[in-house]
Amino acid sequence: MFSMDLLLNAVVLGVLLGCFYAAVSLGLSVSFGLLDVPHVAHPAFLVLASYGVYFLNDSYDIDPLLAGLLITPLLFLFGLVAYRFYYETFEKRGSDAGVRGIAFLFGIAFIIEVLIILQFGVDQRSVSASYIGKAWRIGEMRIPLRLLVAFAVAAALTILLTLYMSRTFMGRAIRAVAQDQEALRLMGANPVQIKQWAFGIATAVLGIAGALLIIVAPVDPTLDRAYIGRTFCVVVMAGLGSMTGTLIAAIILGVAESIVLSTVGASWAPAISFAMLLGILAVRPQGLLGRRS
Amino acid sequence: MNRNSIGFWIGAAVFLVAVALMTQMVSNEYPFFAAYGVLQFVVLAVAWSILGGYAGYVNFGTSAFFGVGVYTAVFLFKVMGAPLGVQIAAAALVGAVLGLAVGLLTLRMQGIFFSIATIAMTIVIETSVTNWRFVGGAAGIQLQRPPVMAPFHSYVQMLFFVQACMVVLAVAIARYIQNSWIGRGLQALKDDEVAAECTGVPTLRLKVLACVISGALMCAAGAPAAMYLQYADPSSAFNLNYSVSVLAMSLIGGTAHWAGPVFGAILLGSTQQLLAVTISSEVNVLVLGIMLVLFVVAAPEGIIGLIRRVRRKGAGGEA
Repeated sequence: MFSMDLLLNAVVLGVLLGCFYAAVSLGLSVSFGLLDVPHVAHPAFLVLASYGVYFLNDSYDIDPLLAGLLITPLLFLFGLVAYRFYYETFEKRGSDAGVRGIAFLFGIAFIIEVLIILQFGVDQRSVSASYIGKAWRIGEMRIPLRLLVAFAVAAALTILLTLYMSRTFMGRAIRAVAQDQEALRLMGANPVQIKQWAFGIATAVLGIAGALLIIVAPVDPTLDRAYIGRTFCVVVMAGLGSMTGTLIAAIILGVAESIVLSTVGASWAPAISFAMLLGILAVRPQGLLGRRS
Repeated sequence: MNRNSIGFWIGAAVFLVAVALMTQMVSNEYPFFAAYGVLQFVVLAVAWSILGGYAGYVNFGTSAFFGVGVYTAVFLFKVMGAPLGVQIAAAALVGAVLGLAVGLLTLRMQGIFFSIATIAMTIVIETSVTNWRFVGGAAGIQLQRPPVMAPFHSYVQMLFFVQACMVVLAVAIARYIQNSWIGRGLQALKDDEVAAECTGVPTLRLKVLACVISGALMCAAGAPAAMYLQYADPSSAFNLNYSVSVLAMSLIGGTAHWAGPVFGAILLGSTQQLLAVTISSEVNVLVLGIMLVLFVVAAPEGIIGLIRRVRRKGAGGEA
């Protein structure tokens, strides 16, 4: 039955969910949107970060968000090394690099999946914290506190990264390298170094994003497959590399998923993000708020 | 017909005769059961390379084609108890139509966008089948094999022979494409699509043709899997593991020559059968993933490339 209350509930939950989707897509927005790395392994890195958070929470009883912060520097370093390797083996060699780069990252995603399975098993894992399992009641509406926490942190993360990209020297350099690498080189800057730094940031963001992922819902090793759809849908819809666009696109996806979930049913949920992605790629590949014409 | 072609067809005939003799002389079912899996991957890898190797479009949708093949067979079997031949022919037809759709995708997108779109297509189709009650939905469906036909003693032996025929068909098609103007055209558009278009290569027609042929072969290869397992469910029929396996086999073998994916599929397919029996299916995927990554980084031309390099060195040394 269609009812106004139900719809309102779905929209509110959708907006909250959307902000969370923005947080998990920010890294991809930088690595794929700005640096043109075909990062199919991004969701696998995300799930890996979640397992890192799970490990810290489970063994040392550290709050998941704090755990996410703790692994952030590690992820940053990992990102620096990963980009350097990717650059040396693929980007530098040119021509055929695209095809092989995609295949490489796809392979990495599967390796990460299996390593997680071998270490933690195929069961779902979740974290414990004081704000998980409680809910706020506003009239007829029931909003899980874990979603609110995710919403607040995700919003903060998005704003921080937007500010970093527009206000700091390095942030502007990253946007410049995305626009015209050659011009940057002519001015005496090293585009590879800037891109490496940017990839480090894109990977570091996954610390908090991974914490949010496991706060919002339990995580299993093959969850990355569903998030390939969600993150790429958000980033492509946003128009590659736009931070505000990422937020808006993520909210559109969140609301769409939430409405379908409460009207048609959960069994169609996995297809929504992928169907939207397919539609956008076919009709408007530059995204809704595309910077490229 | 030149000497090379005569050699090829003699080889194909010898292969089929050997397969037929094997079905008559070996009574244990297990070798057929295992070898069927390898042959299935040979067809998939060869078919994948027609688009992925010659044209350079990385298709992650192998599992979509495979799954659609499986479910075409399931549907026809359930509706009218269609015989195996009809199931395979229908699957090839559906695969060609799906290939046409993928071919039209290449109109608007290249590189990573194309690859991501093929993953998206896989999940959308999988979800639709999951919600399709008639063919069993998410729970899957049990199938009862019909009685086996005359020269074969068991159904698995027959499937093995049928898949072997498909291997010959797929390789013959790939070989024809490689040596004809189609292959050269695809090669040209792989190197530079705009330049190819400008020099008069009909890029769109070639891409669509490659997609249709590749799709039809993949679906046809998937169709007998329903009868092979006597069971089908969406999450295994559309499992992305098929995509990564076939991608790995093709790239490890090398996509410059039709023999590459055949080598790759036989090598990795047999390793997989061995590992799945002795260790576990997880380790299986791990080995596959690591080999894929290693080859892409260190030997981008695959085994074929390695062989060619050794040969060239040998020739240089003699001269």
